[in-house]
Amino acid sequence: MPKVSMTVNGETVSGDVEGRTLLVQFLREHLGLTGTHVGCDTAQCGACVVHVNGDSVKSCNVFAAALDGASVTTIEGMANADGTLGVVQQAFQDHHGLQCGFCTPGMVMTAADLLKRNPNPTEAEVRAYLEGNICRCTGYHNIVKAIMAAAANMSGAKVAAE
Amino acid sequence: MYAFDYVKAGSVSDAVAALGDEAQPISGGQTLIPTLKARLAMPSKLVDLTGIAELKSISVSGGVVKIGGAVTHGAVADSADVKGAIPALASLAGHIGDPAVRHRGTIGGSVANNDPSACYPSACLGLGATIHTSGGDIAADDFFQGMFATALGEGQIVTGVSFPVPEKAAYMKFVQPASRFALVGVFVSKGAGGVRVAVTGASESGVFRWSAAEQALAGNFSASAVPSAPSSDGMIGDLHGSPEYRAHLVSVMTKRAVAAC
Repeated sequence: MPKVSMTVNGETVSGDVEGRTLLVQFLREHLGLTGTHVGCDTAQCGACVVHVNGDSVKSCNVFAAALDGASVTTIEGMANADGTLGVVQQAFQDHHGLQCGFCTPGMVMTAADLLKRNPNPTEAEVRAYLEGNICRCTGYHNIVKAIMAAAANMSGAKVAAE
Repeated sequence: MYAFDYVKAGSVSDAVAALGDEAQPISGGQTLIPTLKARLAMPSKLVDLTGIAELKSISVSGGVVKIGGAVTHGAVADSADVKGAIPALASLAGHIGDPAVRHRGTIGGSVANNDPSACYPSACLGLGATIHTSGGDIAADDFFQGMFATALGEGQIVTGVSFPVPEKAAYMKFVQPASRFALVGVFVSKGAGGVRVAVTGASESGVFRWSAAEQALAGNFSASAVPSAPSSDGMIGDLHGSPEYRAHLVSVMTKRAVAAC
């Protein structure tokens, strides 16, 4: 059985996995990090999005064994060190960017990936980047609002820090 | 998912040595993993190509853009070299699937799979690319041999693709919104090798060159010179579009691509 070692939310973890073990199974079943959700299990819905070496990836569509040595961030790694919500998470709460919440972990991870690459996206760019994340409740409007607000809050925070 | 052996190759020669009966190479896996889940393929062994450093480079020299087989769509889309040399190719890569899929899916995987609705095969054919394989180089004109069929031999892998830099090129994709594959996509280029028009998504025989349009555009490279729709015989018909609809789109998307050049 392949042995896999990776950094997850800043901590080194390792384990023996079968070749067929998906990253999302490794996170949820081996590490107990159940914040990452399995929605469609066919790489369509985006509920399982995590960051691998800084890039958003659908964790139901990659084998854990392929990621030996990788750095992975899940929704559990998005909060601030003191346990308060991170900027993107807080914006989702403030703008009611969720209803049932099932898609939210993937939405937050995709949004964070977008804002890292494009700190001041247009609304159209936000909507385009969410192409691989499906929400059946909100109609997306409040999700987009939340991400626009997070972008504004992040640039505001930078200005305040300077 | 059923169980299989999993080998992570460190070099092309490692990968070729590990491939044998009933073994399947896997690159980004964005098509293959769902295929395995559905048990549409059941190889006894997977050989992972994503750890092979020699397959991960992009270079531009002598009027040729060479992209390693394990380079992701996202890396091609973001590459300043590709954007500078063949912007149409970078744009094509940046509109495959969705962002997360682009961070894993690779050019080698796409080309080797030759999905009849995939984008990359049209760029290979539309630019007159050379497909590099572990068994030698193959011209794109000879590589794509029908739906999911290529000239790639048993136990061989795609190690890279070399694209000659054209004078101008554009890709226009009519997106099938559920899958984000091309309902019809057309890649047009004009360069040293003349005008090339490659069509994906339309034909039951996979990606093809629309020679009538190439001939018309060779004399007059303008959207108005693009012929009316080709015959719908052999075009794909499904719930997303009839053969006639796809044939019509071939002409429309070719005109748009020429206009965008």
